[in-house]
Amino acid sequence: MEYILNLIRSNQEIIYIVILMIFLGIEVIGRVPSVLHTPLMSGANAIHGVVIIGAIIVMGEATEIVALVLGFLAVVLGTLNVVGGFVVTDRMLEMFKKKK
Amino acid sequence: MELNILTICYLIGSITFILGLKMLSNPATARKGNLIAAGGMAIAIAGTIFLYKGHDGEGLHNYAWIFGGLAIGTLVGFMAAKKVKMTAMPEMVSLFNGMGGACAGLISIIEYGRASADFGSGATMHGKLITIFLGLIIGSVSFAGSMVAWGKLNGKVKDFSFPGQQILNTLMLFVMVCIAGYLVFNVTPANACWFYIILTGALVYGIMFVLPIGGADMPVVISLLNSFTGVAAACGGFLYGNKVMLTGGILVGAAGTLLTILMCKAMNRSLLNVLIGSFGGNKAGGAALQSAGGGTYKEISISDSAMVMSYANRVIIVPGYGLAVAQAQHVCHELEKLLDEKGVEVIYAIHPVAGRMPGHMNVLLAEADVSYDKLMEMEDANDLFKTTDVVLILGANDVVNPAAKNDPASPIYGMPILEVELAKTVIVNKRSMKPGYAGIENALFFQPKTSMLFGDAKGVLQQLVSEIKSL
Repeated sequence: MEYILNLIRSNQEIIYIVILMIFLGIEVIGRVPSVLHTPLMSGANAIHGVVIIGAIIVMGEATEIVALVLGFLAVVLGTLNVVGGFVVTDRMLEMFKKKK
Repeated sequence: MELNILTICYLIGSITFILGLKMLSNPATARKGNLIAAGGMAIAIAGTIFLYKGHDGEGLHNYAWIFGGLAIGTLVGFMAAKKVKMTAMPEMVSLFNGMGGACAGLISIIEYGRASADFGSGATMHGKLITIFLGLIIGSVSFAGSMVAWGKLNGKVKDFSFPGQQILNTLMLFVMVCIAGYLVFNVTPANACWFYIILTGALVYGIMFVLPIGGADMPVVISLLNSFTGVAAACGGFLYGNKVMLTGGILVGAAGTLLTILMCKAMNRSLLNVLIGSFGGNKAGGAALQSAGGGTYKEISISDSAMVMSYANRVIIVPGYGLAVAQAQHVCHELEKLLDEKGVEVIYAIHPVAGRMPGHMNVLLAEADVSYDKLMEMEDANDLFKTTDVVLILGANDVVNPAAKNDPASPIYGMPILEVELAKTVIVNKRSMKPGYAGIENALFFQPKTSMLFGDAKGVLQQLVSEIKSL
């Protein structure tokens, strides 16, 4: 029991961030019109591409060939997620803009 | 100094993600919001590449690999996103989401290899391992699930379910969590095979999780998997103590979950109902309905349709996926303008889940320059049907199926529909009498006021346009 409490105490900063972010995430998109569901999903999809940063760190610290290859793959896939995600979202929203 | 700048880069990244999401939920600012988030992402990535210092105080190595990977990913991602047809957009989002999940899974695999090599214990070690396993399981489920969703949306993968599947799935998840829990406290290089068993299990679970869910519910599933990937990315944030990954991931996880629930609400169903009581899993009910729905329908010719429409006071067009696949949105707009010139009021009635995703149809029609105030949401349209002369249904089916209102046995019972049967005349354009995406018969087609106009949406609309011109 004490072990778990210690774990919570040593990570309290992160736990705070997580809880606040959950509320923020819900609050921020609370009143989205259904028209924007698809672009919003697509935009959120691009944002979680932030996982690419982890891939870059792994890649940059890799020494063995296995880690290198897997890390390389991770960087490629992560970049696909980020770039593809933002470009697709932009393309969708571009069409909304044309209307008066 | 460099680390201080990196911290600021991450701070900027986090703030732009929040701002971006906020602006994305308002039509006027959406595009800008997307660009802002993209800019923040670029800053965070560039900062990581050039300023990151590991525990040993050294910067990153293998720059050739990193830039190579970035270049390939950027090129392929950009081309794919630019080339994809608007109709295939949902598939594309699912595919990109899967890539993100795979990326998170791969990070966990590499980090596990390292963690088991310098085997130690203590709270930090256990915490690290927990996040590694979470990232692995969630990332892999998201990857495998997104791939199945992608396959389903482009018609390559069919619905598949068997009795007891839900129980088996739950059991599988439970066993995976148990093995992971055991490994957290017993990491040795010799235990590596268990790690791969979890990996395989998570991939299989992802497939089994999505397979039985009907194709029409894929948008909800993609949105859910989207939030999964967000959580997997946040696990990476834990792992590296990286705030931008943490905030970005959790933000998407929370927003994605809410979005999923909102989408379910648009269909008047609960998330649980989508995941368990799925269209695909309800084959028996669907079959019974098909035999009951049979009857006679009548056809209408192009010239008759043209006549009816040009002498109507108000025509409501109900676009569906059939219009999208036929790429007929431009001809549709032409027809609308033509009728408009003849003094006919033309309105588009958009069901919240028309097309393959909420809002998908709005995007397609906007592409064809259809004016925004001609698009009407379901509730407003339903008030107008009573006083409407002609409803033209273009490749929509389930969203106008009266069974959703009056047949409790129907798998789509409870879904709000466009009440087109209130109008004086209903013209339905379909390629054939085959049932719609949800695989259920539509009694609307057999009603006396309904006429069928068979053919590809684009071809039919072109003929209608030239017919009306010559009237």
